[in-house]
Amino acid sequence: MNKPYVRPLSKTSWFLTQTRYKRYMAREVTCLFIFAYTFLLVWGLKRLSEGPDAFNAFVQALGSPLGVLFNLVVLIAAVYHSTSWFNVTPQAMPIQRGEEFVPGKIIVGAHYALWAVASLIVLVLGV
Amino acid sequence: MSERQIQLEVLRYNPETDSEPRYQTYSVPCMNEWVVLDALNYVKEHLDPTLSYRWSCHMAVCGSCGMMINGEPKLACKAFIHEYTDQIRVDPMANFPIERDLVTSVEDFIAKLASVKPYLIPKEDKPISAGEFKQTPAELKKFKQYTLCINCMLCYAACPQYGLVPEFLGPAAISMAHRYNQDSRDGGRDQRQEVIATDTGVWECSFVGACSEVCPKHVDPAGALQQVKVASTIDWYKEHLMPWMKK
Repeated sequence: MNKPYVRPLSKTSWFLTQTRYKRYMAREVTCLFIFAYTFLLVWGLKRLSEGPDAFNAFVQALGSPLGVLFNLVVLIAAVYHSTSWFNVTPQAMPIQRGEEFVPGKIIVGAHYALWAVASLIVLVLGV
Repeated sequence: MSERQIQLEVLRYNPETDSEPRYQTYSVPCMNEWVVLDALNYVKEHLDPTLSYRWSCHMAVCGSCGMMINGEPKLACKAFIHEYTDQIRVDPMANFPIERDLVTSVEDFIAKLASVKPYLIPKEDKPISAGEFKQTPAELKKFKQYTLCINCMLCYAACPQYGLVPEFLGPAAISMAHRYNQDSRDGGRDQRQEVIATDTGVWECSFVGACSEVCPKHVDPAGALQQVKVASTIDWYKEHLMPWMKK
């Protein structure tokens, strides 16, 4: 007798059933913080276009406790989001040299190195 | 040889009498060296001959005994009793319809696997007298890892995307397509792309990565799927930005 039973799967809470699904959702959700930050940057551009007074008020708001807190939260989310992607790059972009594959650690390490260099350039330009 | 009394909680479903599955607990005297499959075999032989489950080789080669052990997709022959407490819960593989007890329907997977043409499609026919298709060790290494797939379907049981969208072609089938696409002797990529580079193919994957974490043969299907995405994206750019270039 063929009467297969299909177990129900919640469309809204499936990711709560396993730790690895929660980790995946954390990676996906943290991108919203990066989205919020790009919105802030666009807002800054708008204030800049409105003249020096408006821009100075914007910069001052960034330095307020709330502004610093927002930046800190976004930084943590952005670091989590970026590193979680860095760590899976060897799976998506394996590099074969001769017979052997380049060890994943080197591919991941290259991403961290580039990140450090980019951060350094931004810091030097920003000061 | 030490012995432990294990409470084995097994999901039972009899399509002839049950409207939905229910758990049944068996008290099983287990040797510490046993795997969960041994405990199930003990139940079948000594406690309840009506218990249904699939198994064959008992050595992680045939891929028949995939099931959820404490909620984790595992081969029952590779899940050692000593790694668990005295209470072990066994469910049929998630995301698949249950036929009976721990036996799930495999037809969907078999059809999907067949749809990706998982066999060599030579670039050009040549007579047998012309000799074999040769391959260097480096060319072999490029896809060797994907040949280790034993079609156990644990990756489907781990994939939330397959659970939510059953039309998804899924990890093992796309990995197998990738295996042949990567083979220097093969010329069938265009035919496979029509099946795998689609909305229900690789683009349904959101790279949860669970498939690779549970794979008992370390095939890394998640990696294969991302590589298919990269290659398909390059195809798209070539087609739309450089139409004069032949693939």
